[in-house]
Amino acid sequence: MKINWFKYSSPQNFYPLAGRMVPWFAWLAALLTIAGLYVSFFLAPPADFQQKEAYRIIFVHVPAAWMSMVIYIVMAAWAGIGLALNARLSAMMAQALAPTGAMFTLLALVTGSLWGKPTWGTWWVWDARLTSELILLFLYLGFIALQAAIDDPRRADRAGALLALVGAVNVPIIYFSVKWWNTLHQGSSISMGAAPKMVVTMLTGMLLMALAFWMYAIAVALMRARCIILERERNSEWVKELVGAEICGSQTKTGVNA
Amino acid sequence: MNAAWLTVLQRDLLQAFRRRSDVATTVFFFLIVSSLFPLGMNPESETLSLIAPGVLWVAALLAGMLSLTRLFATDFADGSLEQMLLAPQPLTLMVLAKILAHWLVCGLPVVLLAPIIGLQYALPYEALQILMLSLLLGTPALSLIGAIGAALTLGVRGSGLLVALLVLPLYIPVLIFGAGAVAASQHGMSAQAHLSLLAACSLLALVLAPLATAAALRISVE
Repeated sequence: MKINWFKYSSPQNFYPLAGRMVPWFAWLAALLTIAGLYVSFFLAPPADFQQKEAYRIIFVHVPAAWMSMVIYIVMAAWAGIGLALNARLSAMMAQALAPTGAMFTLLALVTGSLWGKPTWGTWWVWDARLTSELILLFLYLGFIALQAAIDDPRRADRAGALLALVGAVNVPIIYFSVKWWNTLHQGSSISMGAAPKMVVTMLTGMLLMALAFWMYAIAVALMRARCIILERERNSEWVKELVGAEICGSQTKTGVNA
Repeated sequence: MNAAWLTVLQRDLLQAFRRRSDVATTVFFFLIVSSLFPLGMNPESETLSLIAPGVLWVAALLAGMLSLTRLFATDFADGSLEQMLLAPQPLTLMVLAKILAHWLVCGLPVVLLAPIIGLQYALPYEALQILMLSLLLGTPALSLIGAIGAALTLGVRGSGLLVALLVLPLYIPVLIFGAGAVAASQHGMSAQAHLSLLAACSLLALVLAPLATAAALRISVE
């Protein structure tokens, strides 16, 4: 039996598949978020001795920081595949992932500083993790800005892909340079490693939230990819038929209502 | 192959020589930016020498970045870039020649001028040497990495600002090691670790950046 591996690499076939997948991931995201928040608010140990209730921020902060890095890797991988195989859909996936990745990076930074104020007594320290997370946000913004500035979608895809790959090569170099810079400058007064040992319920809450964020990221990226497909393929027959049918459908509905 | 490389290098240097004011702009920018900092603060020699490594390195970085948009723009406008893409000689090599010309024109003057500015910042003699050495080792990496950004944004609207957004985050390691070397020598430590890392950054960029730039040019001109 011969399997056509590339069946869903055509936007026309992928569009309905993504449409069917979105509700599943969205519901999973919702259920996991409820479960994760329940665990982190009610089951996790009440009020940490040193950090008070503020410690519950980490249930959002840590998974968001994980996602910000994972999404960049996935994005660079899609971009690389798109560049190597000249596949339109891969580039569209990379483009669809970028805003979600930037959002999680920003979320990690904001929750981190909200947590830092009561715990460390300051909104911001030039800690290696914080600094490299900030630079990651810059990399995301550069990718989004470059794609937005180029009008020709094919060129935008390929230029963005190259930038994402260059960024991926640089991420470890940046991370280590920032880390060494940090240890040289200030005898790291505060370190995340010094946090109290983690209780099982805390870990469960964190993992549930991480899974919820995964599902959310997939659902949103697929939805965004669907929009990008419609926009890019607007001159193709199948989109005209699809959109035409939807417009006609809504018109007849309103007609009936009227 | 060598002939093509040399021809591009000579041509770019000749062009730069005929438009001396463009080169002067970069150098003056470096001078002005680094002269502004003491005016914005208390110009005591202790404070100045404390911030000197960072300020001088950031000024050098910005000056190099300003001239990046010109790297391929004129060749793109008059069609000679397309000829280079079509030429049988490897594009990577010609790109490397262009980057070298850019460094000779924009990077080297900054390296040579930096000690004079360093004197204004009350840097000790030892630190001045390290400053020059770190700039000499680090500015090639700036030109090499910057060329990728310049190639990606070729002919894009608002390319000047976009280059800054793309390239500055990638400059961070060079800035850290470069300024770190000067700061280390100020504190009486050996700057060798920083300088070695800086040289490593430049060498890595030397290998990878021309390839990425050539690929970016093909994408942009296509």
